Amino acid sequence: MNRRMKYIDDFRDPATARALVERIRRDAGDAPVRLMEVCGTHTVAIARGGIRPLLSGAVTMLSGPGCPVCVTPDGYIDAAIALGTERGALLASFGDMLRVPGTSSSLEKEKGAGLEVRVVYSPLDAVTLAAATPDREVVFLGVGFETTAPAIGGSIKTASVRGVANFSVLSSVRTIPEAMGVLAADPEVRIEGFLCPAHVSVVIGTDAYRPVAETYGIPCVVAGFEPLDILMGISMLLRQKKEEVARVENEYSRVATATGNRKAQDLIRDVFVPCDTGWRGIGVIPGSGLRIADRYASFDAEKKFGVSVVFAREKTACRCGDVLKGKILPVDCPLFGKACVPEEPYGPCMVSSEGSCASYYKYGAL
Amino acid sequence: MCLGVPAKILERSDGTAVVELGGVRREISVMLIDDVSVGEWVIVHAGFALGKLSEEEAEQTLALFREIADSGEFRDS
Amino acid sequence: MHDKILLSHGEGGKRTRDLIAKVIARHFDNPVLSPFFDAGLLGRIEGEIAFTTDGYVVTPPFFPGGDIGRLAVCGTVNDLAVCGAKAVAMSCGLILEEGLPLDTLERALAGMRDAAKEAGVTVACGDTKVVERGKGDGIFITTAGVGVSVDGWRPAPSEIRPGDRILLTGTMGDHQVAVLIARQNLAIEAPVLSDVAPLSGLLLPLLPRFAGKVRFMRDPTRGGVGVTLNEMAAAANARFVLDEARLPVRESVRGVCEIFGFDPLYLANEGKAVLIVAGDAAEAIVAALREHAYGREAAIIGEVREGGSGVRLRTLAGGVRAVDYPVGDQLPRIC
Repeated sequence: MNRRMKYIDDFRDPATARALVERIRRDAGDAPVRLMEVCGTHTVAIARGGIRPLLSGAVTMLSGPGCPVCVTPDGYIDAAIALGTERGALLASFGDMLRVPGTSSSLEKEKGAGLEVRVVYSPLDAVTLAAATPDREVVFLGVGFETTAPAIGGSIKTASVRGVANFSVLSSVRTIPEAMGVLAADPEVRIEGFLCPAHVSVVIGTDAYRPVAETYGIPCVVAGFEPLDILMGISMLLRQKKEEVARVENEYSRVATATGNRKAQDLIRDVFVPCDTGWRGIGVIPGSGLRIADRYASFDAEKKFGVSVVFAREKTACRCGDVLKGKILPVDCPLFGKACVPEEPYGPCMVSSEGSCASYYKYGAL
Repeated sequence: MCLGVPAKILERSDGTAVVELGGVRREISVMLIDDVSVGEWVIVHAGFALGKLSEEEAEQTLALFREIADSGEFRDS
Repeated sequence: MHDKILLSHGEGGKRTRDLIAKVIARHFDNPVLSPFFDAGLLGRIEGEIAFTTDGYVVTPPFFPGGDIGRLAVCGTVNDLAVCGAKAVAMSCGLILEEGLPLDTLERALAGMRDAAKEAGVTVACGDTKVVERGKGDGIFITTAGVGVSVDGWRPAPSEIRPGDRILLTGTMGDHQVAVLIARQNLAIEAPVLSDVAPLSGLLLPLLPRFAGKVRFMRDPTRGGVGVTLNEMAAAANARFVLDEARLPVRESVRGVCEIFGFDPLYLANEGKAVLIVAGDAAEAIVAALREHAYGREAAIIGEVREGGSGVRLRTLAGGVRAVDYPVGDQLPRIC
């Protein structure tokens, strides 16, 4: 019944976890080392694994902006809702997006008022849905980083090849290394090491972080998402700090390689074009976005329907931006747990399943 | 943003494969990776195989973990 | 008889009487129901009475391991069982959508009949209404159930104290995953069966056998063990600490959870119970549960500790995290 799942349970062994925690505590200095986990999936894994309390005093984990839902502007949700309510489109979305607040509403709230939103696991399911409902326009909410970009691109290619003309994507794709550069350069943030995303790295290759390590002298370790991967990754960062070096190391060597997935990269280059894009709470980061290339314009919902995603002014009391930059911890935000709770989120960090604030709230600021 | 799981390829056809994880089977797209054969392991994200899992590298990582766990226990006693 | 439910089946006239006589009565052939009076006459009942009600709206109505009919009986029986009562009689209120295939109704009623027989509960009365096409999701069932307390046992959350153990009668998440698979949104094949089962035979004998040792019981349906434990901890004003390594989950349910990012703690169960018991009786009670077909994977999953309230989980990595109420349903995620 509780049989060992290969390549999952092996990386959850309690005895090894204990040994790694000891190793980390031995290598830590007098002041807690400030490390940033860039990826939202790491934030959730750290929270669910109860790892933060194990490292208290030795390591402070700052949650970075690798939560695609958290950094997507209000205006994106507004545009999605408009496509559904004003243009009658059938929206298909990852579950993560449903409760994120836009300027005045959310997909979940609008669903209650009649908006048609189908939760899908894969963008290909949205293409299948479009093929099965030829009299409806199906718009897939394509939110993600480089992990998901190939999947979104793959769905556009598939729709193109199969001639599914009633399918399009409202794209909100961002890329990680540029954002890491902005954070590394910000003196207010003071990051001593980056725990780099596992599956973004599988696509882009671990070499992609070398400019950050070399330019800013910040150690980078690519780590998997299981508890042992995370603890090992943190341990490797502390070792680098002790040795006073700043390299890119790869803990997730079983899947991630230096050059990454060439085929996926080619697909991204075919379907997308780099662009400047706004990150909630951070602002516009040059070259940090991917928009759909002109040759696939008929699958680009913004072009097809003439809507645009407005990078709206944020609600002033919202501190999501500072949380995303690792400037403050969720508990330091005056709204945390009071005006901003998962049932009534003020900002996306509280709503997204892997937003820092939601993680702290759900799993305990322990 | 990176939820992906290791799964074993059970069947292969043109552009798709059936993978298995813990007795659960699903059809996924393999358009993002080069030739992958039945019996190999891949990481699955949003219905796509994103990369292959090297069993050799996995074993090396686990061997390193075992070393660390063992040396940790020595220090306890 | 027609092969579909029509509005006239709910209007009280000949079609209604035909439906009752030719379809419903065939499945519930007992002396209380048979006269089809306006009420079921239960006669004199000795003992303390417990009473419960529930509504069943599951879609689709048939799923691996069960159906809406079986669910309706088991849910009712189990609500009474976790309160220490043996279900004696229950009602069956049917709300049918115009156009529902008669075959669907027959299958659901057969599920109810078989489950009622297994649980030893009489379907004593019922009602049938038909709503217009589009106004109901095929078939809804509402029930009310009457039970008699066994041995005078009552749920006693105030008796819960540090050192007590938290028991779960089997694996988590089977029901919800089975239903998700039946809905076909996940496009997966997995050998998962709903755990829907009547638990009176599993739970009620424990109460006299381990007198004074069972403090509180609940069935972890919607929201799963995670929600139920939060409710129990609040009722008891106690701190519960779970051990991740001891949570029983079937391999295939784990597989689904890993792929879609679900947390098994929050998935619904329909054939399980959570028990808080005295520490010195925990092992013996687990052994007793395991003697029964519906308790083979029973386990101690945690304990009651000093200090504060709420639910915590000791993780595999050796850390600790909170297990709070979830917000909304579990949805497949990519993050």
